[in-house]
Amino acid sequence: MPIDRNQVEQIAALARISLTEAETEVFARQLSDILNQFEALQSLDTDGVLPTSHVVGLDTVLREDEPAGSLESADSLLNAPQRRGDFFQVRAVLDE
Amino acid sequence: MSKAVPELWRLTVSEASRLLADGEISSAELTEAFLERIAAVDGRLSAYITVTADVARRQAADADRRIASGAGTSLTGVPMQIKDLLCTKGVATTCASRMLAEYVPVYDATAVARLREQGAVLLGKGNMDEFGMGSSTENSAFFPTRNPWNIDCVPGGSSGGSAAAVAAGAASFALGTDTGGSIRQPASFCGITGLKPTYGRVSRYGLVAYASSLDQVGPLARDAADCALALQAIAGHDPRDATSLPDRVPDYSAALTGDISGLRLGVPREYFAEGMDAGVREAVSAALDQLSALGAEIREVSLPTTGYALACYYIIAPSECSANLARYDGVKYGYSHQGDGDMWAAMERTRQDGFGMEVKRRIMLGAFALSSGYYDAYYHKAQQVRTLIRQDFARVFGEVDVLAAPVSPVVAFPIGELTDDPVRMYLVDIYTLPVNVAGLPAMSLPCGFSNGMPVGLQLIGPHLSEGRLLNTAHAYQQATTWHQERPEI
Repeated sequence: MPIDRNQVEQIAALARISLTEAETEVFARQLSDILNQFEALQSLDTDGVLPTSHVVGLDTVLREDEPAGSLESADSLLNAPQRRGDFFQVRAVLDE
Repeated sequence: MSKAVPELWRLTVSEASRLLADGEISSAELTEAFLERIAAVDGRLSAYITVTADVARRQAADADRRIASGAGTSLTGVPMQIKDLLCTKGVATTCASRMLAEYVPVYDATAVARLREQGAVLLGKGNMDEFGMGSSTENSAFFPTRNPWNIDCVPGGSSGGSAAAVAAGAASFALGTDTGGSIRQPASFCGITGLKPTYGRVSRYGLVAYASSLDQVGPLARDAADCALALQAIAGHDPRDATSLPDRVPDYSAALTGDISGLRLGVPREYFAEGMDAGVREAVSAALDQLSALGAEIREVSLPTTGYALACYYIIAPSECSANLARYDGVKYGYSHQGDGDMWAAMERTRQDGFGMEVKRRIMLGAFALSSGYYDAYYHKAQQVRTLIRQDFARVFGEVDVLAAPVSPVVAFPIGELTDDPVRMYLVDIYTLPVNVAGLPAMSLPCGFSNGMPVGLQLIGPHLSEGRLLNTAHAYQQATTWHQERPEI
């Protein structure tokens, strides 16, 4: 199925990526080409086939809930782009 | 110097290990030889994003003390490269992305930690396609890696820096990752041996996530025996990765008997389709004859769902990618846009500037496949097809022990040839993708040349058959010399 520029912009908004005009153009064409390749799947009968969850068949994995050490806060903050004291600094989330 | 140990970088892991244990060489000498080799060739190859010479020298000195005290293991003092997708504590881990260009992990990936515990020496971090997304290492945000057999050609990808380094003697072995062929295909393009283990055999903890249901860590090395040594060190359950398998880890080196008489070797006819290089077909056919001469019983088999694996993979992997890479928001770590704008605008600019085109392409594809109204037609359908592909393999493994096929329908191609054509680029991995979709172990080993570039034979086995695959490869390598060929660089 062909993807138009409008759809590319919608997907980009969902993915929180801004795109240039040129990128929008290229992606509309390339995503359409790629989705065309996917059409092949529709010809395969999958009625009643269970979707794969874990390829080797490992089921719900449980473990004992035991307390253990974790990263020191100084380490956690080491790669923070913006920090204030012992906190990650972010832009305002709520409007005033 | 009278003793005949020139060019220590030519040693395999097994050979180096023996010489280190016997006190014939020191890890300091060996490490220096590799650092010199990197200095001599990496200006032309660009296989390394970071060279950790200081770390390497320190670890080599530690290794020499450990060996002297009698506590060495088969990897103690052996210099290696780690793909830059695996976290290394205190050493930059960029994933070849602008997004993580400054990122320094505060912990080791489990596979890396296990190699450190063995006393392996870290030479540096390998170049790759950004976040593992690509088949040529041209998607590195920093620079492309070149193929040591012809520096105008790609080394394959995404673990192209690792494959090029091992092929050129700029690392004794390397750890790579394989989501759709990223160990096997570059190993094939560079003429070395690579192993993608069963999904869950090696912990993914500290492997920066691309597609979590497909990603797996594995070794790239000079031969099957070296792959066995590296896999031994990294395999096994890890409480930090709930998808890692609890099964006991066998002795892989002990599996290398070299005897494959009576081995039922299946040749899937769908893996020899049109569009394959004649030279690849010839080299793989000759390898099958060789395996037959070694006692394997060759029989043709059919995997009818093979043609669907590409579409299945390129729905599932981008879907998981779009979810996994949502974490790059410019807040916790990584690149962060500092210009004007509110929180959302800054996040959107962070992701626009931080990700390269292929990563954006896959995030977009995944966001689309998971979006309301398309989920059933794409993602759900692909997960059902995945079940059919698994069943196909399971049925065939009722008839044969191992499958043999080409790794890729082509050999290494010129840099720039496929960069504007994602669909053709994706087809390069058409014979490696089904293995990841089904979570199977598989190997790539050199079996000849086509137009002067190496050809890889792929061996595929049922879940947890790494020992059998390694032995099949070992038997082949005992009888042939393709794995000993070296590029002149």
